Order: sequence, then structure tokens, then C-alpha cells
Amino acid sequence: MTLNQTGNETVPAYVAPNFREKCASGLRYSLLPTVVFIGLLIFWETVVHVMEVPGYIFPAPSAVGKAFYHGIASGVYFIDLGVTAFEAVFGFILGSFLGIALGTIIVIFPLMERIVYPYVVALQTVPKVAIAPLLVVWFGFGISSKVIIVGLVCLFPVLVNVIAGLRAVDDERLDLLAALSATRWQIFRHLRFPNAMPFVFAGLNTAIVLSVIGAIVGEFVGATKGVGFRILQANYSLDIAAAFALFVLLSLMGLTMHSTLKFIERRTVFWTKSQDIRDS
Amino acid sequence: MTRLSVIPEQDQPTSNSPALVIDGVDMVFSRAGHAVHALNGIDLNVKEGEFISVVGPSGCGKSTLMKLVAGLRAPTNGRISILGEPVSGPRADVGIVFQNPVLLPWRTVFENVMLPTDILKLDRTKTEATARDLLALVGLGGFEDAYPNELSGGMQQRAAIARALAYDAPILMMDEPFGALDAMTREQMNVEVQRIWQASGKTIIFITHSIPEAVFLADRVVVMSARPGRILKTFDIDMPRPRTLDDMVSNNFGDYVKEIRALLGSGTEGGQNDAQSNW
Ligand SMILES: Nc1ncnc2c1ncn2[C@@H]1O[C@H](COP(=O)(O)OP(=O)(O)OP(=O)(O)O)[C@@H](O)[C@H]1O
Ligand SMILES: [Mg+2]
Repeated sequence: MTLNQTGNETVPAYVAPNFREKCASGLRYSLLPTVVFIGLLIFWETVVHVMEVPGYIFPAPSAVGKAFYHGIASGVYFIDLGVTAFEAVFGFILGSFLGIALGTIIVIFPLMERIVYPYVVALQTVPKVAIAPLLVVWFGFGISSKVIIVGLVCLFPVLVNVIAGLRAVDDERLDLLAALSATRWQIFRHLRFPNAMPFVFAGLNTAIVLSVIGAIVGEFVGATKGVGFRILQANYSLDIAAAFALFVLLSLMGLTMHSTLKFIERRTVFWTKSQDIRDS
Repeated sequence: MTRLSVIPEQDQPTSNSPALVIDGVDMVFSRAGHAVHALNGIDLNVKEGEFISVVGPSGCGKSTLMKLVAGLRAPTNGRISILGEPVSGPRADVGIVFQNPVLLPWRTVFENVMLPTDILKLDRTKTEATARDLLALVGLGGFEDAYPNELSGGMQQRAAIARALAYDAPILMMDEPFGALDAMTREQMNVEVQRIWQASGKTIIFITHSIPEAVFLADRVVVMSARPGRILKTFDIDMPRPRTLDDMVSNNFGDYVKEIRALLGSGTEGGQNDAQSNW
């Protein structure tokens, strides 16, 4: 019992360093990055002013901030953001859906792999930037050509991961189901599909980043609306501060999409730490 | 290979139909170009309702034998039949506890126990109560909604046992089911297994590394040699049921254990003795 008493006495002494540690780690995890970020902004602002860098070469953060505020306040950003987000999200959904469907078919019917897969790989080796102009010619300057470009960009990473996930089934788990005389469909439903989920999310995480790139590439080739289109306009009119503001807008959009997906991933494949299986 | 029995066979064989007949079974794996002879001329008859324990050095082919009986692999030579029918694939009336728990991480403990119900399309409402009772029985009451990665190794193994018992397979094969348990829990589980066996009339084939456990549970203990696995001898355990943990210190019990241990200690002739042999 003496041991217990000394244990009790040490409790407050134990809590204090723990609390201090927490503060210290809080400092390290949120305060320090913020300080560094603000420091960088101040440094950037100072350099631009001291060296008198012209605004059409490299704008000061204050100018970028002003352009950003203007874009938001006038409401222009919302339309462009809406268009680009729509292209990215729907292209992502289209590509992911196709990737999952095609991957599943390939795993179920091995012959399909020989028939379909070579074309998929061939398509993948052609840079999407190279075929984007063609797609704009075929599908027009509107939203649909961008959705298709994004879909093509997203297809491959999802497809590759779906195939890997459906195949990477533990032999012992297969034995478990086989011993219960499970049908092929039951093995798919109860083992292969859930087993593939972490892989699918690894593919989706790659795809969602690529989807923004795809949408912007599509808009660069030919568009009348969208953040990419606005960036081109800003560049032509040498309004570099506006271009920077649009970059910020794009990053915020990408970040939101990425964290939404991560949120869904944590809920869906709660049993595993997210696996980062990249396509290439 | 002829079956050797220390104690002469009793009179049942004609009155009870065989649940399992293993006849001249060989199993050869090919690995990295050369052959691994896992099982060599296995002959075994198991009567309905009999409790068989299998002991043998690590790597002697116990798990392989179980997978052959389960119809998960086909033997290189020989025949296996269950309840008079040749085994050509897995069958629903054989329940299995694998050496590893093999729980599905996306299902809760309870849903894992319900997996056979789902696969065999049994009536869920009927098995749900059984599943809960079994989880309580193996000491996992209150863990129904936990996920496998929240359980210890021993708890996972107990969940796997509950899963195998949750549907009423007349033949049950258990591959070192209690390897991950502490001594106390293990003894309790042994008593439970005996009780379940007596109450259900199941035919049980029980693989273990523990000679006392094998003797405690079995009507017959099958002793296998090191690889290539052969049956060295089967021991009829002539001790009244239900056996209690106190029986484990009886002279009779000790003699069986001693005899089997001696046999295993010398029974490595003819096979390459695996370095990790546990004896
Ligand atoms: N799929 C396989 N391919 C090749 N060799 C195999 C395979 N499965 C088992 N073996 C070999 O067959 C032999 C018997 O294996 P098995 O798993 O049946 O042993 P065991 O008696 O269950 O051992 P333990 O007591 O350690 O579990 C081993 O030498 C193993 O290397
Ligand atoms: Mg084994």
C-alpha cells in the first residue's frame, strides 16, 4: 500500500509536465507554422518593396490579397469557381466510376484484361495535355469537354488500384470463405470488395489531385469560363496579382476536395490506416 | 502404413458409421522447383461423435491434413471421404477453426461470428442468439461491437472459435485453437470444448502442440512424425468422462503424456527434423 501512496503523491507532479508538454506540442503544431507563414509573407512584402519589383513581374502579398478580396466581393470568383469545381468533381466521379467498373470487370473476366488493358495503358502513356485540344474540338468549349478530360485523367489511378485491391486477397481469408462453400459472388461481396476499399481510396486520393489539374488544362486549351480561363486572362493583361489570387483560390478548392475525400475515407475504411499505393 | 494402437481397439467400429475415412493420403508440395513431402501414407478412421487429437512436431503437416479433409486442397495420392461421400471440395457440414484467427477487419466481432450464417444463408434470427451466447461463453461478452483490431491475439482466436461453433456443423476441425491463450484460460476452454462436444455429439478433430491438452480432450490421440508426416501411433485414451482438470494429475493421465512425449522425442527418424520443433 505504500507503493500506492507514493503513486498518489506523484500524480500532480506527473500532470504538470504533461500539461506543459501539451502546450509545447500545441505550439509546435499550430503556432510555429503560422509564425513561419506570416514571417514569409512579411519577408516577401519587404523584398518586393525594397527591390522595387514591378507588380507585373512579381506582386506583393498585399496586392494579391487586394485582388483576392476584389474577386470575392465582386462575385466573379464564385461563377468561375463553380464551373471549375463542377468540371473537377463530375470528371472525378465519372473517371472513378469507370475505373471501378472497368477494374471489377477485368478482375472477374481475366480475358477482358488482355482485350481492354493494353488500350488503357496506351491511353495512359499519351499525355492528356496532348489530346486535350482534340477533345475540345470534339466536345466544344463548354463544360462537357473538361469533364471528359478530367474523367480520363482520373480513370487510370483508380483502375490500377481497384485491380490491385480486388486481387490482393489474403489466402487464409479465401480459405475461410471457401470452407463455407461460398460462391464466387459471395467471395466478391464479402471479401474482395471490402478488401479493395483501402486501395480504391488510395487511387481516389491520387485522382482528386489530378482532377483539378485536368480541369485547368482543359480550360487552358479552350474555355469561356472557369478559374483556368481567368488565369489565362489575367496573364494576358499582365494582372499578375489577380493570377496569384486565382492560384490561392485553386489551392483552397483542391484542399477542400482533398480533405472531404479524406473525411469520407476515414469513415469508410476505418479498419486501416490509409495506404498510399500510387499508380506509377 | 498400418495404424498402430497401444491399447486394442474397442468394439464400436461396426456399430458407428465412420464420419471420416482417410485412406493412403500423400501430399507433396512443389516449392521453388523441388518437392516438399508434407504427408506420407496417412490412414485414419474417425467414428461419428469421436474426439480425435492430433499432435506432431511443427511443420509435420497437421494443418495440411486439415485443409485436405476440409476439401480446400486435393491430396497428391489417396482418398478422403466424409460420412461416406468422397471429398471433392469444401462442404458446409465441416466447421473449421484455422491456426490463425482470420477475422474480417471490416466486420465487428459479432458480425464475424455471423459470417457463416450469411454465407450459408441461414436464418439470422435463429443464429443471433446462439452467436451472443457463444461470445459470452468464450469470454467476449461486451465485445460484440468491437472490431478485430481492437482485440488481443487470444481474444481474436476465441472469436474465431465462436464463429466455428455458431453454425451447427456436425464435424468440427480445430487447428491449435488455444495457442494464443494463457494457461488458465486455456484450461477453462478445454473444459468448455469437452462440454460442448458431449452436449452436441459433434465429431471433433483437434490439432494441438500441447500433449496434456491432447490427452485431456481426446478419445484417441494421433501422434505424427516430423516431415514427411506419418502417423506414428494412435493412443486410445481410456479415461471416464466428463474429465475434470483434477484428472490431469492422475497417474493414468501422466502415463499417457509420458508415453506420447517419449514417442515424439524419438519419433523423428526418417524425416528431416525442422529446427523449430517445439518438443
Ligand atoms: N502451400 C504450400 N506450399 C508449399 N509448401 C507448403 C505449403 N503449405 C505447407 N507447406 C509445407 O508443408 C509442411 C507442413 O506444413 P503444415 O502447415 O501442415 O505444418 P503443421 O504441422 O501445421 O506445422 P505447425 O505445427 O507449425 O502449424 C511444411 O514443411 C510446409 O513448409
Ligand atoms: Mg499448422
